[in-house]
Amino acid sequence: MVDNPQVVDEAQIISAIVRGETHLFHDLIRPHERSVYGMVFSLLQNEADAEDAAQEAFLKAFRNLSKFRAESKFSTWLISIALNEARSKLRQKKAMKIESLDAGSEEDGHVSPAILRDWREVPYEALERKEVRQMIQLALADLPGIYREIFLLRDVEELSVNESAEALGISVASVKVRLHRARMMLQKTLAPQLKQVNPKRRWFPWL
Amino acid sequence: MVIDCKHVWEYISGYLDNNLEASERNEVQKHLEHCEICSAILDSTRNILILTADERVFELPLGFSERLHARLDEEMQRIA
Repeated sequence: MVDNPQVVDEAQIISAIVRGETHLFHDLIRPHERSVYGMVFSLLQNEADAEDAAQEAFLKAFRNLSKFRAESKFSTWLISIALNEARSKLRQKKAMKIESLDAGSEEDGHVSPAILRDWREVPYEALERKEVRQMIQLALADLPGIYREIFLLRDVEELSVNESAEALGISVASVKVRLHRARMMLQKTLAPQLKQVNPKRRWFPWL
Repeated sequence: MVIDCKHVWEYISGYLDNNLEASERNEVQKHLEHCEICSAILDSTRNILILTADERVFELPLGFSERLHARLDEEMQRIA
């Protein structure tokens, strides 16, 4: 077997860590720091709590790494730990909470989108603008908890429908229903706002 | 079967994930070809999904990484 350190994959790094090369854990998690933080921040809405929850999630992942099973992706496993960490923090601070996680039952009717006559693509570069990033963060923050969770797992962290169902302990059908509503709620809030953003600066200076 | 706008809205998420039945997909497609409003709703939703998934939406707080790795180092030393 050719041993090429350049192609050591995640599974090999994980088994090396479990065998005692713990320092490799630093490298293993570096690519995931931002997504774990973004996930818990969106749920907790507070930088200090989010940093705490993210640190706890990484520590738990480290302590439980020997229980990680290679049939799931490390990123998916890590995000599930982070989700649980954020949920338990929300429960501790009864304040923000339960209300927001439970708000909106499955039975609530459908969500109507914002009606627009046309749509002009908002390009990636718009995200260089703080106001645009904040607009998106606020719209996410406004989603009731059950919709925020599914949206983050599926559309931000890019878990599959099945992985999301497993992480949340709900059925695949519920994932689809909640996800649809979450997306429509975001479209309803964000589309009119993003549409206003466009004219303030010309994206294509040559036009 | 001709479907109306409200009906199409219920299919937008499934359409974007490409998990509609072939017949549903066809109906939605046909509707989109002549309906500016539903096309704009679909396009804006798709655009919003792309933007929200961008990692720049959430910035890590200053020093986040340093504090995290220092805490992990402590943990590693504790169990060493």
